[in-house]
Amino acid sequence: MSESREITLTVNGERHLIVVEPRRTLADVLRIDLGLTGTHVGCEHGICGACTVLMDDEPVRACLIFGVQADGSSVRTVEGLAVKGELTDLQQAFSRHHALQCGFCTPGFLMLAEGYLATTPAPDPVAVREMASANLCRCTGYQGIVDAIVEVAEHRFRQRPI
Amino acid sequence: MKPARFDYHRASTTLEAVALIDDLGEEAKFIAGGQSLVPMMNFRLARPSALIDIMHIGDLDSIQRDGDALVVGALTRHRTLETSTDPTLMGGFALLPTAARWIGHTPIRTRGTIGGSLMHADASAEWCMMARLFNAQLRLEGPRGRRTVAADDWFQGMFSTAADFNELLVEIRFTTPRQCGALAEFSRRHGDFATAAVAVAFDVVDDRLCNVGIVIGGVEGVPVRAGEAETLLEGASVGAVDVDGAARSAAAGVAPMESEPREAAYRRHLVDTLTRRAIHDALATGVQ
Repeated sequence: MSESREITLTVNGERHLIVVEPRRTLADVLRIDLGLTGTHVGCEHGICGACTVLMDDEPVRACLIFGVQADGSSVRTVEGLAVKGELTDLQQAFSRHHALQCGFCTPGFLMLAEGYLATTPAPDPVAVREMASANLCRCTGYQGIVDAIVEVAEHRFRQRPI
Repeated sequence: MKPARFDYHRASTTLEAVALIDDLGEEAKFIAGGQSLVPMMNFRLARPSALIDIMHIGDLDSIQRDGDALVVGALTRHRTLETSTDPTLMGGFALLPTAARWIGHTPIRTRGTIGGSLMHADASAEWCMMARLFNAQLRLEGPRGRRTVAADDWFQGMFSTAADFNELLVEIRFTTPRQCGALAEFSRRHGDFATAAVAVAFDVVDDRLCNVGIVIGGVEGVPVRAGEAETLLEGASVGAVDVDGAARSAAAGVAPMESEPREAAYRRHLVDTLTRRAIHDALATGVQ
C-alpha cells in the first residue's frame, strides 16, 4: 500500500506504535516521528555514517533502511547511552581524548563503536582504525576517536566478569 | 535526498514474492538488504512503484556444503559470510570470507546480502567476481518454475543480469573449490567500489598450478575472466610462475571503461599491478 502503515519499533527499550509512509527512512522515523534528533543525517546515501544506530544489536545505516523494513525490530540510538545524564565510559573517553570537535559525526561513531565492542571485546588499534573508517569525521583526523575506543576496549576487557 | 513514493509489500515465502512481483509488474522491485537500492532511491536514480521486501523469507539465509560445492542462500548477509571461517565448511572457498571484508564497511555488511549484490550486478562487486571465479550456478525462482544460470552467462552488461523482472534469485552454488586464492583491489578511498580489482584462484598438484581462474572486476561493464593469463599459468611450476607474463597478458586483454581522459590506460596499468599482487598473495596462501 502506498498509504501509511502501522509499525512497531522498540527504541532504547521503549515500545512505539507509529504510522509511517513506506518511503520514510529509519533515520527520519527516529528524528521526525519520535523526536530523537540525536541520530544525525548527513549524506543520505550510506557514505558518511552519521546516522549509524544499532538495529537488533548490529550497527546499521539508518538512512539506508526504510522504517517499514524495521517493523518489529529493536533499535538503540545515542539517546539510549547516558543514564540520567551520566555519560557512559565511551562518551567520557570521547571527551577526554578530544574525539569530537563539531560533534556532528559523534552519535554515529558512538553507536558504531558500541556495536563493534559488543562483538569484539579485545581489538587491536589497527582493527579499530579499520572499523572507524566506516564513518566520516572532518574535524578530528580520527586519532582521538581511535584512542578513545581502544582505551574503552582495554578498560572493559580488564573489568569483564570472569 | 528523499525517495519518491512507493508501495510496500512484505513476502514471507518465495512463492508469495514471485506471485506479487508478477502481479505488480516491471516497475516493482524486490528489496533485500537494500544497501545498493536505497541509495539509488534516495538519489531518485531508481523510482520503483513498489518494493517487495524479501528479507522475511525464512529459508534463504544459509551456508551449506553439498559435496564439493558451497551452497549459499541468496539472503545470506555479507557479514555472515565474512565471519564464516570454519575450515570444514569453507574448505576450498577460504577466499569468500576474505573477499567479504572488502565490501563497504561493517554497517553495510550487516544488512547487504550476497543475492542482492549479484542482482545489482556492479562490475566491481566482490560477489560478482567470486561468482565467476568459483563458477557459481545461480538458481532463480519464477512464475514458471525454477531455472539455473551459470555465472558466465549471468552478467549481460552494466547492472544487467540474465534474471527476468519476475524471477527471484534464491541460491548461489559455488562449484569449484580451490586451495589457493587472493583478491587485490584498488580504490581511492577505503571501502569504496574498486577502480580495478583482480581475483586469482588455483590448485597446486604435484607442485604445479592447475584449475587457474583469474577474474578482473571494475574495469569493463561486467566482471571478466583473463583467459589468456589463466592458460599461461596453467601447469606452471610453483617455483617458476611467469607472474610478469600473466600480468601483462591480463592487462592487454581488457577493454577498460573510460569516463575521463586517460582513465582506460590507468585502469589497464592497475590490472597489471593488481594481477601481480593477487598471484603473489594466492601463492602465499598455498605455503601456509
